[in-house]
Amino acid sequence: MSSSPYSGSELPDIANSDFQPNLSKRYALDQVFEQLTWIATFIGLLVLCLLLYDIISDGASRLSWQFISSFPSRRPATAGLLSALVGSIWLLCVTAVLAFPVGVGSGIFLEEFAPDNFFTQLIEINIGNLAAVPSIIYGLLGLQVFARLMRPITGGPSILTGGLTLALLILPIIIVATREALRAVPNSLRQGGFAVGATRWQVVRDLILPQAIPGVLTGTILALSRAIGETAPLITIGALTFIAFLPPLSLEGLQTDFTALPIQVYNWVSRPQPAFHTNAAAGIIVLMLVLLLMNTTAVLLRNKFQKGRM
Amino acid sequence: MKSHPSPLARSQDAQMWQPKRNLSKWSEQLVKYIFAAFALISVATTLGIVFTLIFETFEFFREVPIFRFLTETQWTPLFTNAKFGIWVLVSATFMTSVIALFVALPVGLLAAICLSEYASPRVRQWLKPTLEILAGVPTVVYGYFALLFITPILQTFIPGLKTFNGLSAGLVMGIAILPFVASLSEDAIYAVPQSLRQGSYALGTTKRETITGVVLPAALSGIVASFVLAVARAVGETMIVTIAAGSNPTLTFDPRVPVQTMTAFIVQVSLGDTPATSLAFKTIFAVGMMLFLMTFVLNIFSFWFVRRFQEKYE
Repeated sequence: MSSSPYSGSELPDIANSDFQPNLSKRYALDQVFEQLTWIATFIGLLVLCLLLYDIISDGASRLSWQFISSFPSRRPATAGLLSALVGSIWLLCVTAVLAFPVGVGSGIFLEEFAPDNFFTQLIEINIGNLAAVPSIIYGLLGLQVFARLMRPITGGPSILTGGLTLALLILPIIIVATREALRAVPNSLRQGGFAVGATRWQVVRDLILPQAIPGVLTGTILALSRAIGETAPLITIGALTFIAFLPPLSLEGLQTDFTALPIQVYNWVSRPQPAFHTNAAAGIIVLMLVLLLMNTTAVLLRNKFQKGRM
Repeated sequence: MKSHPSPLARSQDAQMWQPKRNLSKWSEQLVKYIFAAFALISVATTLGIVFTLIFETFEFFREVPIFRFLTETQWTPLFTNAKFGIWVLVSATFMTSVIALFVALPVGLLAAICLSEYASPRVRQWLKPTLEILAGVPTVVYGYFALLFITPILQTFIPGLKTFNGLSAGLVMGIAILPFVASLSEDAIYAVPQSLRQGSYALGTTKRETITGVVLPAALSGIVASFVLAVARAVGETMIVTIAAGSNPTLTFDPRVPVQTMTAFIVQVSLGDTPATSLAFKTIFAVGMMLFLMTFVLNIFSFWFVRRFQEKYE
């Protein structure tokens, strides 16, 4: 203790030490730093506002019932996005039907059933890895496996091929969302279930899933809204840009060629005539409205879920 | 126990109760195996991607020697006198990604610090979802914005800026991946325990010093993971660069002229009527392989880094 410089009532000699608190300068730097972080945050918001303003001012005048109910055309004034809108809705349904059960099942397996061994860890690493693979790579997979090898079943670059490709693309997102929702359910509920003699599946089905389902649905809707906005994988599998018919409402409809909203928008953007750019802006408004509808549903579900848990 | 038989066993009700344990066990096993098969689909996806790319890339290299692929300085696979210098596409991807990361990494990290450390809980509750809207905007919309809004503005004060250019595509791509950096870094920064901050304040540091000296190092693994994800996003981004950067394969680092990235080339070939047996068709798989390898290496680095530098708190 005798080595301590502050023995007894002796105070450190601040005035003669090398320590310079220099507080006024440090606080000034603090101010600058805080302002910088606020500016950084508002850059994102500013761009979002600019983007929405630009698109609405370009495209709002073109929005009309004629635009929504017409097929694409070589003349910009008569062109519409009926086939693209219907194609996107088909894709949404097919993707949801394929991805929801598989994603939720995988999530339940990994969170509730799987033993903690090498095999399970491999699947987990793999899912993390898949989430970072660029979407265009999924397009190449869909082109080779679904559009070419499985042509007799899918009928080439069809709605089914598109749905399968998008389902694989959003599978990791649904799995992760399902696992998070399951993890949020308190363990006491599981123990209570086991204590009254339920099997693991009975516990999951009757006790855990009802608690977790809003979280699962929120994650699924957000994943589907990502799928609806995807362009690159659909172009890669060979989706067409000019479709002047609607798929029949039957199983054969799954095997017909299709186009989708983002593809139609891309097609219009990539043309030189400004009139087509106006069409693109109007198409973007429709696409964003669809996304807004889906995201609002997801947020409402999440809020309801969080209030219920309190 | 034998001397005290359960009262249940003797009662009438016990005879009525039929647990059907065999059915329960059977359905339990069935569900378990079905769900395990579902989980294996994700493994099959990875294998499918790897085998598809390897198979077609192998076919490609049987016709084009890998030496030419790596050393030629032109990329003209669709011409009669075809040249296959992949670096032409890689350089364009590199340039647009670097521009995007110059926007996304600093702005994203500062926004994350703001949301976690400076914004009040109420403001944070509003700001974070609003920033996440940016992440939900389809990339084709960003492409439109880059080509028809940002490029004309930039052209007014950057002389020689072409209609299609790497600069505007890169800047907008930076905005598009910014929310991923902000959101994931914010999660990591927010998770740093309050006691670390209090310990730092007790030593007499200011708020900024606490953030840069204690909080950010403690959240390093999460921040780096978000940065790596941003790089992977930038490299794999397709529609923004296809729409705004053009389709001119040129070996240049001049951000004012049209270039063609790896992803834009895949889109260009996919839109044309290329027969499935042609060399051009195989080329997109070779380019895809290159892209996949780049993101794969990034993933492995991120995985290793997080394992190595992750801080565990009670």
